Amino acid sequence: MSMQVILAQALLGLNVGVFYAMLSLGLAVIFGLLNIINFAHGALYMLGAFIALIGYSFLEQWFGISIQIGFWASLILVPLLVGLLGVLIERLLLRRLYELDHIYGLLLTFGITLILQGLFSNYFNVSGTPYPGQPESLSGVVNLGFMYFPTYRLFAIVVSLLVCFTTWFFIEHTKLGSRLRAGVENRDLTQAFGLNVPLMITLTFAFGAGLAGLAGVLAAPIYSVSPLMGADLIIVVFAVVVIGGMGSIMGAILSGLALGLIEGLTKVFYPPAASTVIFFLMVLVLLFRPAGLFGKEK
Amino acid sequence: MTNRILFIVMLIVGLAAPFFAYPVFVMDLLCFALFACAFNLLLGYAGLLSFGHAAFFGGAAYITGYVIKEWGFSPLLGILAGTGFTLVLGTVFGILAIRRQGIYFAMVTLALAQIVYFLALQMPFTGGENGLQGIPRGELFGFIDLNNSLTMYYFVFAIFLIGFGIIHRTIHSPFGEVLQAIRENEPRALSLGYDVDRFKLLAFVISATLAGLAGATKAIIFQFASLTSAHWQTSGDVILMTLVGGLGTVFGPVIGAITVGALSHELSAFGSWVQVILGTIFVVCVMVFRRGIVGEIQRLVSRKQD
Repeated sequence: MSMQVILAQALLGLNVGVFYAMLSLGLAVIFGLLNIINFAHGALYMLGAFIALIGYSFLEQWFGISIQIGFWASLILVPLLVGLLGVLIERLLLRRLYELDHIYGLLLTFGITLILQGLFSNYFNVSGTPYPGQPESLSGVVNLGFMYFPTYRLFAIVVSLLVCFTTWFFIEHTKLGSRLRAGVENRDLTQAFGLNVPLMITLTFAFGAGLAGLAGVLAAPIYSVSPLMGADLIIVVFAVVVIGGMGSIMGAILSGLALGLIEGLTKVFYPPAASTVIFFLMVLVLLFRPAGLFGKEK
Repeated sequence: MTNRILFIVMLIVGLAAPFFAYPVFVMDLLCFALFACAFNLLLGYAGLLSFGHAAFFGGAAYITGYVIKEWGFSPLLGILAGTGFTLVLGTVFGILAIRRQGIYFAMVTLALAQIVYFLALQMPFTGGENGLQGIPRGELFGFIDLNNSLTMYYFVFAIFLIGFGIIHRTIHSPFGEVLQAIRENEPRALSLGYDVDRFKLLAFVISATLAGLAGATKAIIFQFASLTSAHWQTSGDVILMTLVGGLGTVFGPVIGAITVGALSHELSAFGSWVQVILGTIFVVCVMVFRRGIVGEIQRLVSRKQD
């Protein structure tokens, strides 16, 4: 097997990996402060992709508004919209469940997933609709020296990595981030110091949701936009999170990237296992390092 | 006492049902009711949220269907094979899943179930996206023809009663009491000297096996095993049924299965809106109706008695 094929698959794997990383990062950030697993994370990712698609292709047809929201505008606008939905979900629903067993948060967000997925299944084909809005400047391929790689995919990788590492830097090395970490460590004490923890929680959830929305926009030109795209992804991301453990931000990012890479390489060496390799790795981790690779059990 | 009366009511309704409703539909409800009861044993009594029970429900259906269709097993032996398979699968998944707690437990079971789903999709014997079709119903004990839908119905009802009985017995045994103690306060149960992991594992295996029993039976009723039964949405459905009926109540899952099943059936003309409606019910249940139908009734009754 030629080195080029392997490298190409590795890069494509990395491309998937950045989405895993962005989503598991969002899950980890939310889990840290809210102690819930957001099942709707995949649905918010799907929602992001659909808002971009509707903004580009369907505004006139559906709402009679003759504006087309391009890719660049979507890249900014969509995370804000999805984040706003996150604010609503947290303020109106999740907030009332903090005193209860954490599984209720999971069940609630599962219900939200069904609602969002069902809504879009009514109007869009489950087999997917292509997003035609990929900007001209990002079309074509770039020569990486050893191979040609689609420009847009490279762009998606770079942007996602930037977002991930900026988030990490923000949380680990800024003052606001240190307050956030204090909130994770001890909510009551942090509040006693006069920090507005409820607001922090809302913004954290909104940020995580926005991150999922951003991943959705970035994914739209690569994969066809489908109501099921989020559900299929989120289960893999759950396995990623179990493998990495949600104790560290960097852990979430790195395990997302690494597992995407491994999945890509599996496609080269043994294609039938590509869809399950991450789950099998999860089994191994559970056997030998139950708390996860970077894990601190909470 | 109340439970005994309710049980007799359930028995009468169950015996009379095929004369008032379409038998295949009622059989479907019975399978889901047993599935939900099995699930409730785990979540309602041991406090463990499995998001992967579809793997047992669907997995057993495939195995039962395959051994009956290809190896010529009798229906009873086929169900035994499917159920036996989930006993093994449940043990493996259980050993892995109980290594993590709470929310992680849910994620692990979901991911493990996804392996079963992909296997069902990719393996040569499962029929891929079409599922395993044309499973013969065969003859019970070699002479009772199950193609008669009324005969089939009472066979299914008997299986349901056996499963229900096992669960009822488990809940009200010393073992069941320990499970509830673990649910209420795990460290305390541990400090009292109970081998918590062993109890959890056993609860998981019983629950998985009975979920398999329900799935195996379903394969014979409909004469096919489908990917849908192994899909994560089925895991979600069974959670919803249990939640609607009443978590940790004996009859709740049965009521919940009937409610959700009848609702999905009535609304099936609305296509994807069903999903939106079920999702909304999920949200409403979690927000304001956490006791479920039976739980709420119990609360009203006990308040009146005070």
